[in-house]
Amino acid sequence: MQDKKRSGKSECMVEVKGIGKSFGNIVALEGIDLRVKKGEFLTIIGPNGAGKTTLIKILSTLMKPSSGEGRIAGFDLREEQESLRKNIGMLSHHTFLYENLTAHENLKFYGGLYEVENIEKEIKRVIGEVGLETRLYDTVRTFSRGMKQRLSIARSIIHDPSLLLLDEPYTGLDQWSERRFKNILRRFHEEGKTIIMTTHNLSSSLELGDRVIILSSGKILHEQEVSRIDLEELERLYPESRQR
Amino acid sequence: MRFLRKVWLIIWKDLMLELRTKQILSSMFVFTLLVVVIFNFAFQGETADVKRLSSGILWVAFTFAGILGLSRSFIFEKDEHCLEGLLVSPLSRGSIYLGKMLANFIFMAIVQAFIFPIFAVFFDFDILYLIPKLIPIFLLSTLGFASVGTILSAISVNTKTREVMLPILLFPVMVPIIISAVRSTAHILDGGSFIQMASWLKLLIAFDAIFLVVSFLSFEFVVEE
Repeated sequence: MQDKKRSGKSECMVEVKGIGKSFGNIVALEGIDLRVKKGEFLTIIGPNGAGKTTLIKILSTLMKPSSGEGRIAGFDLREEQESLRKNIGMLSHHTFLYENLTAHENLKFYGGLYEVENIEKEIKRVIGEVGLETRLYDTVRTFSRGMKQRLSIARSIIHDPSLLLLDEPYTGLDQWSERRFKNILRRFHEEGKTIIMTTHNLSSSLELGDRVIILSSGKILHEQEVSRIDLEELERLYPESRQR
Repeated sequence: MRFLRKVWLIIWKDLMLELRTKQILSSMFVFTLLVVVIFNFAFQGETADVKRLSSGILWVAFTFAGILGLSRSFIFEKDEHCLEGLLVSPLSRGSIYLGKMLANFIFMAIVQAFIFPIFAVFFDFDILYLIPKLIPIFLLSTLGFASVGTILSAISVNTKTREVMLPILLFPVMVPIIISAVRSTAHILDGGSFIQMASWLKLLIAFDAIFLVVSFLSFEFVVEE
């Protein structure tokens, strides 16, 4: 509980400076400075290999940065990783779900890792949020891709995180599932959750986000409030980033 | 308590997965049974030699069955990148290691508990007399095997030739444990007393402690990118 309180002291949910990551001679990220306010929805777009996933992995503590420092939800990115993780919900195109466990068992397992109190009540809450109540006791391998991704959302919010990190969450979703997924994200945003999402989908970045960042070759190329940019302008900037 | 609860969660999850798939226990059990049966037929009629070699036969079966189990240990974590799900949760890397290691230990112990009575019947040993004396040897040897096997399984699962890589990495490290297990088991099967094989047990305890501590501390570097 104490670990969750610290995020209340600052207006900034994410504040990182000079983040860099190299794999041998290959530089994946270089000098990334990022500030994300509480309740803000930031989308990061960029071509393949731009460093989007690497950045998300560093923010989620899955990967250690080669350089730079930062604080997330008030906790130091390098020194207070376990406390920091309690405040993060991570969702990628991989669901992190065990296919041979039921939806209920998966949520109970992950809820236990996050020390969620009243786990059965929380499972009911999150499964209701993603509309999978009737499939709660079915094994995950019987789910469609869209249902798995919805269950994965439930998994990522079972501990009521203050920051959601989404890495290409639309991958493999059909149009209906994508629309449903966007509605869920919209609701989270309205509830005041801070969201950072990487995507290739330019229209989604404008539709849902407050601010958009274009990442290219490991550097921030453009940064703009969504209210000050339209799809045409974004499309004009995006190919530019691919040519670099 | 928090730490132990999370270790238990990892064990519970692995046991539930095994209950659903039955992949690890069934393959280990069938393999061990086949080895025992084949050796039994191969040495039929040569009672004196079999008694002398039976300890080695038993541990060959247990060791290779253990490899089968360990090679599957991180497969479930690899599917849908579940290991990343564990790493991004507020869980110390040590508790992931201990949970996985104890789950592997339980699987191997279950197979041993079923196979040893069959082995004793085939090779004409007195089960009731032997079991109390063999339990400490089996537990200590299996603990050492699971300790080092779990971390090497985590390393090999990321390689393309993981089925080959695991035994190549594991067997050289396991030599002291296997020798101690075979020698101490042979001593008991030969009618020796518990005190006479104390030195082998001490060796097992020492290697278990070393393997457990080193693996626990180094697991973080194995699983993190």
